Amino acid sequence: MAIWLLRRLGQILPTLLILSVLIFGLQQLMPGDPALILAGEERGDPEVLAQIRAELFLDRPLWQQYLRWISHVVQGDFGFSWRIRMPVSELILQKLPVTFQLASMSFVIAVLIGVPAGVISAMRRDRPVDWAANAVALFGISMPNFWLGIMMILLFSVQLGWLPPSGYVPLTEDPVQSLATTIMPAFVLGSGIAGVLMRHTRAAMLTALSQDYVRTARAKGLPERVVVTKHALRNALIPVVTLGTIGFGRLLAGAVLTEQIFTIPGFGKLIVDAVFNRDYPVVQGVVLATALIFVSLSLVADMLYMAINPRLRQA
Amino acid sequence: MSSTAAALPVARGQSPARRALRRFLRHRLAVFGLAVVVLFVLVAALAPFVAPADPVQTSWTAIRRAPSAAHWFGTDENGRDVLSRVIWGARASLLAGVISVLVALLIGVPVGLLAGLTGGWTDTVISRIADAMLSVPFLILAIALAAFLGPALENAMLAIAITASPIFVRLSRGMALDARATDWVEAARALGNPPWRLGLLHVLPNIVPPLLVQATLAIAEAIIAEASLSFLGLGQQPPAPSWGSMLNSAQRFLTQAPWLAVFPGLAIFLVVLAFNLVGDGLRDALDPRSERR
Repeated sequence: MAIWLLRRLGQILPTLLILSVLIFGLQQLMPGDPALILAGEERGDPEVLAQIRAELFLDRPLWQQYLRWISHVVQGDFGFSWRIRMPVSELILQKLPVTFQLASMSFVIAVLIGVPAGVISAMRRDRPVDWAANAVALFGISMPNFWLGIMMILLFSVQLGWLPPSGYVPLTEDPVQSLATTIMPAFVLGSGIAGVLMRHTRAAMLTALSQDYVRTARAKGLPERVVVTKHALRNALIPVVTLGTIGFGRLLAGAVLTEQIFTIPGFGKLIVDAVFNRDYPVVQGVVLATALIFVSLSLVADMLYMAINPRLRQA
Repeated sequence: MSSTAAALPVARGQSPARRALRRFLRHRLAVFGLAVVVLFVLVAALAPFVAPADPVQTSWTAIRRAPSAAHWFGTDENGRDVLSRVIWGARASLLAGVISVLVALLIGVPVGLLAGLTGGWTDTVISRIADAMLSVPFLILAIALAAFLGPALENAMLAIAITASPIFVRLSRGMALDARATDWVEAARALGNPPWRLGLLHVLPNIVPPLLVQATLAIAEAIIAEASLSFLGLGQQPPAPSWGSMLNSAQRFLTQAPWLAVFPGLAIFLVVLAFNLVGDGLRDALDPRSERR
């Protein structure tokens, strides 16, 4: 396990290194001089511009700029926001719990819908239930997140007045109100992932149900319920666990628009606001942080995979 | 067009493409999806003739009118005809979806083939770059790229294309690796064909089916991505109509004018659903393993 982990880390490090170069390179796509943007009112003053350039290493060759940037990043210093006078890392840490709550809720919703739907649809293959579940999954996948969000606000907030259309209350402040503000966005986010999970669970279950050990279990006279849950589902869940973990990363991306629509002050709202304010260090920081989370999640997925699938442990 | 008895005996002796076409046509949902796609393409292409009104013509006497005989989908906050805007919006969405995927294919496939056929360091570097790009969620990378490139429809398309390309790199690299191990490629190599010739003449034709499936599904994703970017103000710029930006301005009038939010979203949903249906149908038709069904 330790050797495997080391080898895996050996694959991840170059990936992250390349990613950091790409994210740093984003700056070069930017039209205009960052010093001019930063100087604001004082953009006419060549001394101010020179000072900003010297401070940010903008007057040095690119590779020096990169080295300076990356040496800060590895120490957890993602730079300073150009708009809000705050370190980017602090901003990210401040917003992360909000999105984490949203993502966890959506994940629970996605698993609660996706996995049972996939199992039932595999057991009733080519029957009406299977068709209905597949249709719903396809709808969930094709539905643009943000439109579903708007339609839900229209129904539950504008028409019925049951739920607040926007805003966010932290879980620690008022749990009930917190759930009321996050349940709609969580459902919106979860529904798309639920569709993907359902399709994969169904496919994995169909494979598992056609295996010899399932036939053996049935031949032994075990009740169908035991065969499905103990024999087929356990094996079918192996790929689903991996996908679920990666799906969690997809939730982060989905959160961008959902948070925008429900005005939830999370990670996604942070990057959108940063884009509008041309606050490029924040944009870079968020992209890098998402990638870090995503890479760690896929590492966790691999470890889970090893833990639940003993066949892989020797490798 | 479902399974008629006549379809079975002639299946033998046909080219694989004909067989795939036959299987696709038997897939009723996929045919429905294709019909919807064709309908949208026609509407988008013929927008100047189909649209009942000018999509950017404002009218202060008809602001936020509910759907009626004169304006089937109602009018927006500037008195513009929503139906006409949805029709013209189809142009932006479909163009963005198709062009960005084409560009992604043009970047991804040659690079992927190169990696798979040459191997060694080239392969390692290319694969790591693709991994790195895939480790950032699609939309976040697209937003970051679009943000740095500046808000415009062309930049949004470029951002989506770049973001989508690593999928094609990975796919074509994998297929090239598979193909490299086959006898016919081995034979072609033994005859002294350079890698580019191997890739172009011997590998590429064999990987067209999976690429086609992936590209169709990618168009669906690209259309959603373009709508998302336009929704955030990073795509099509006003007053030019786009489904995403229409939804953005509709959000401010949810209580007074809910129809503004319904129709553009419905259009996105329908066209994405249609592309997904076609993609699924193509996969079933082109994947020989599904023949067992």
